[in-house]
Amino acid sequence: MSGYALRRLLQSIPTLLVVITLSFFLMRLAPGGPFDGERKLPPEIEANLLAAYNMDQPLYLQYFDYLAGLLVGDFGPSFKYKDFSVTELIWSGFPISFELGMWAMLIGLVFGIGFGCYAALRQNTPGDYLVMSTAMAGIAIPNFVMAPILTLVFGVMLGWLPAGGWNDGAWQNKVLPILALALPQIAYIARMTRGSMIEVMGAQFIRTARAKGISERKVVTRHALKSALLPVISYLGPATAGVITGSVVIEQIFGIPGIGRYFVQAALNRDYTLVMGTVVFYGGLIILFNLLVDLIYAWLDPQIRYE
Amino acid sequence: MIIKRSTLLRNTLRTAAICALSASTLVSAQTLHRGIGGEPGTLDPNHVSGNWEDFVVGDLFMGLVTQDMHGKTIAGMAKDWTISEDGTVYTFNLRKDTGWSDGKAVTAQDFVFGIQRILNPATAAKYAYVLYPILNAEAINKGEQKDLSSLGVKALDEHTLQITLKAQTPYFLDQLTHYTAYPLPQHVVEKYGNSWVKAGKMVSNGAYQLAEWLPQTHIKARKNPAFFDAINVTIDNVTYYPTEDRAAALKRFRAGELDLNYEFPVDQFNWLKKNMAIETRVSPQLGTYYYPLNMRSPKLQDVRVRKALSMAINREIITDKVLKTGEIPAYSFVPPGLGRYKAQELSFKGLPYGTAVKQAQALMEQAGYSKDNPLALQLRYNTHDAHKKIAVAVAAMWKKIYVKTELTNAEVAVHYNELKESNFEVARAGWLADYPDAQNFLSLLEPTPNNYGGYNNAQYNQLMDKAAVTLDPVTRADYMQQAERIAMDEYATIPIYYYVNLNLVSEKVKGWQPNLLDSHRTRWMSLAD
Repeated sequence: MSGYALRRLLQSIPTLLVVITLSFFLMRLAPGGPFDGERKLPPEIEANLLAAYNMDQPLYLQYFDYLAGLLVGDFGPSFKYKDFSVTELIWSGFPISFELGMWAMLIGLVFGIGFGCYAALRQNTPGDYLVMSTAMAGIAIPNFVMAPILTLVFGVMLGWLPAGGWNDGAWQNKVLPILALALPQIAYIARMTRGSMIEVMGAQFIRTARAKGISERKVVTRHALKSALLPVISYLGPATAGVITGSVVIEQIFGIPGIGRYFVQAALNRDYTLVMGTVVFYGGLIILFNLLVDLIYAWLDPQIRYE
Repeated sequence: MIIKRSTLLRNTLRTAAICALSASTLVSAQTLHRGIGGEPGTLDPNHVSGNWEDFVVGDLFMGLVTQDMHGKTIAGMAKDWTISEDGTVYTFNLRKDTGWSDGKAVTAQDFVFGIQRILNPATAAKYAYVLYPILNAEAINKGEQKDLSSLGVKALDEHTLQITLKAQTPYFLDQLTHYTAYPLPQHVVEKYGNSWVKAGKMVSNGAYQLAEWLPQTHIKARKNPAFFDAINVTIDNVTYYPTEDRAAALKRFRAGELDLNYEFPVDQFNWLKKNMAIETRVSPQLGTYYYPLNMRSPKLQDVRVRKALSMAINREIITDKVLKTGEIPAYSFVPPGLGRYKAQELSFKGLPYGTAVKQAQALMEQAGYSKDNPLALQLRYNTHDAHKKIAVAVAAMWKKIYVKTELTNAEVAVHYNELKESNFEVARAGWLADYPDAQNFLSLLEPTPNNYGGYNNAQYNQLMDKAAVTLDPVTRADYMQQAERIAMDEYATIPIYYYVNLNLVSEKVKGWQPNLLDSHRTRWMSLAD
C-alpha cells in the first residue's frame, strides 16, 4: 500500500507541472495586467513597476524564475497585497478555511448520512419525501442567498450570534459560517446516500444476510452501509479539498479571513503570483485528497487491492 | 554627545505625557469600529493608492499639512511656513512637540527621506508622479538623475524643511496633504527594509499607531501618545474592517458591530432612507462620472455628433430614476464646490429634454445620419451593475438620435487596458479629485496619460500652461475657466453626474462631518455613551 501511495505521489508531479505551466501562460494571455487600474500610469512609473516585479524579462525567463522559486518554496510577493508574500497570505488564511471546512464536512457527513439512511429505509413514505425535498431545497438555494438569510435572522433580528466578523476566532463567530457551508453538504450527501443505500438494500448479499436471520439493524450498519458509502467517499475527496480551501461567498459575507476570496480576487486583480500560489496549493490538495480517497476505498472494499 | 537642555526637557515631558496618556487609556478606552470598504493592499504610504487604504494610513501618518474635519487644508506636522515671492520655495517650520510612536522626534530629515524614497525608481511607487512639481523629482523618478540629493527637498536643520519647486504650483500646498508626501521613520525603514510596515515594527507620526493587521479580517490601531494633539484625541482604539460586501456590512452596522461604514448597498437606498434616515449620509463629492469620447475615431471628429450625443443624454433620468442615491446631474467637467472656480457648463443646460432631443436629431441629420443610416457606436463599460444600467439607459436615449449602440463590458483591468490602448469609441470613466483644485480635473483633457479620448486643443493647452504659472488665484481661476469653456463648447467629453459620498454613520459617532473629499480622520471623532 505504501509503495502505491508513493508511486501516486510521484505521478502527481508532472500533473502539477502541467497545471502550473498552463495557469502561468493562460494568466499572462488574459488582457489587462496587475498595474491596470482606473488611472493610467505614466510610462516611466509603469517601467519602474515592471522592473521591480521582474516583468521586464522575457516571459519564458519569468516562467523559469517562477519554477526555481517554487522549488525552494517561494511563491513570490503578492502584486496587490504588497505588505505580504503569497506564502504568508496562504498560511495566514488556510488554517481558518481548513477549520471551518472540516467542521462543515463533519457536520455534512454525520447529518447527510443519517438523513440519507433514514430516507432510504423509509422509501416513498412521507418521511422520505420530507427529507429529500428539504435536501433538494438545500442544493437549490445557493450560498449567497442562504448566508445573508442566516445573518439577517440570527444576527440582526434575533441577535443571538454575530452578524459577521472573526473576533479572533470566537466560537460564536464560527457558527453561522460553518452552518452555511455545511447545509449544501448535508443535502448532497443525504441524496447520494439515499440513492446508493436503496440500491445496496436490494443486493443479493443483503438478502443472504437477512436469510441468515441477522437483525435488520445489523444488516444496515454492518453490511449495507459500508457498500452504500463508496460513492460518498469518492465525492468526499474533491469536495473536502473544495470546502477547506474556503468559499469566496461565505468569507465575504461573514468577514472570515480565509483563503477562499483569493481565488477570485487574485484573478480579477491580475495578481499573477497570488493566482499561481492558490492554483498550486489547490492542485496539490486535490491530488492529496484523491489519493486519500483511493486508500479509504481499499479499506472499505476488500475486493479493491492496489499493486 | 551634547544634548541640549531644552531637548532633554522636551523628551522628559513627552515621556511623561506618554505615560499619563497610557494610564488614562486603561481607565475608559473608546473603540471605534470602522468599515473601510476594501482590504488595503499596503499600509506603506509610498505604495498606497486607494481611499480605503487612506482611511487607515491617514490616521497613522501625517504630512506637513493635513485636513480638518471639513476636509479643509490646515497645518499638520508643520506649525507654519513661508513661500518665496516667485512661489517656488516653501520653507516649513516643523513642530517640536510631536514624535514617532516609539518616542523619537519627527525631523525634517524624515520628510526628505520619505520623499526621496517614493521618487526612487527602485521603490516603483505608483503615485510618485504627484510630486513631480518638486525640482528634479521627475528626472529622479525617470532614472535620468541618479543623485537623490539633487531633489528640491532639503532639511535646513532638524526642524526646518525647504521644498523647491521647478515652477510655481498654486495647488502645491493642497497636494502636500496627500499620502505621497508623508514623512517616513528613516530609523525604522532602514532597520527593517520593506517589512517595516508590519505590526510590531511600524512606527507612525499620526494620531494612531498600528497594533495588529490580520489580512482580510481587521486592522487595529491604538492612540499614538507621542502625537502632539494626543490629549484631544478621544477615541483610543480603532478597528478597521475590509467591508467589501456592502450588504453584509449593512447587516453588521444594523447589528451594532460597526460604527461607520464607507458606502452602502445602493439598491437598498430606499429602505435606508425610510428606516435609517439619520445614519444614512449622502453628500456631494469632488468627482465626475463621465464618458470620454475617442477623438481619434473618425466617427467622433464631427463636433455636431459629439454635441448631439451629449444633448441626448437625460442626466436627470440617470440620477433620479436609474441611480436614485442622490447623485447630481453633471453639465460641467469640473464639479462645483471648488471655492472661487466657477465650473463652465454645457450650453444646452436648462433646455427641456424634448427640445434637446429634437435639436440633437437635427445635428445628426446635418452630419448625415438618419433612421435608415444610423451611426454605429461602441460603448464600453467595466462590469458593474450601475455602469450597466447607465449604459443601457444611454443606449436607449441615443436610439432617438439615430445611434445604434453596441454595449461592450469587461472586468475593470481589461476595461482600462482597452482605454489605455485607445481601443474604444465611447467609454465609461470616473475621476475623484486627489486634491481640491480644478486643475486636477482639467489636466485630464491635456496631453497626459489619463486623457483617454486624446482631446488635444492648442488653445486649451496654452491656457492651462498659463494657469500653471499664475500665482494670483483670481487670474489663475479665470485661465482655467476659459480652458474648460473651450472643452465644453467642443464637447470634448460627456460629463454625466457628479459623485456623492455614501456613508453609514452611527448616531453615537460625533465629529464626523460630510465633506467634498470624503476625508474623515478618526482624530476628530468621538463616541457618545
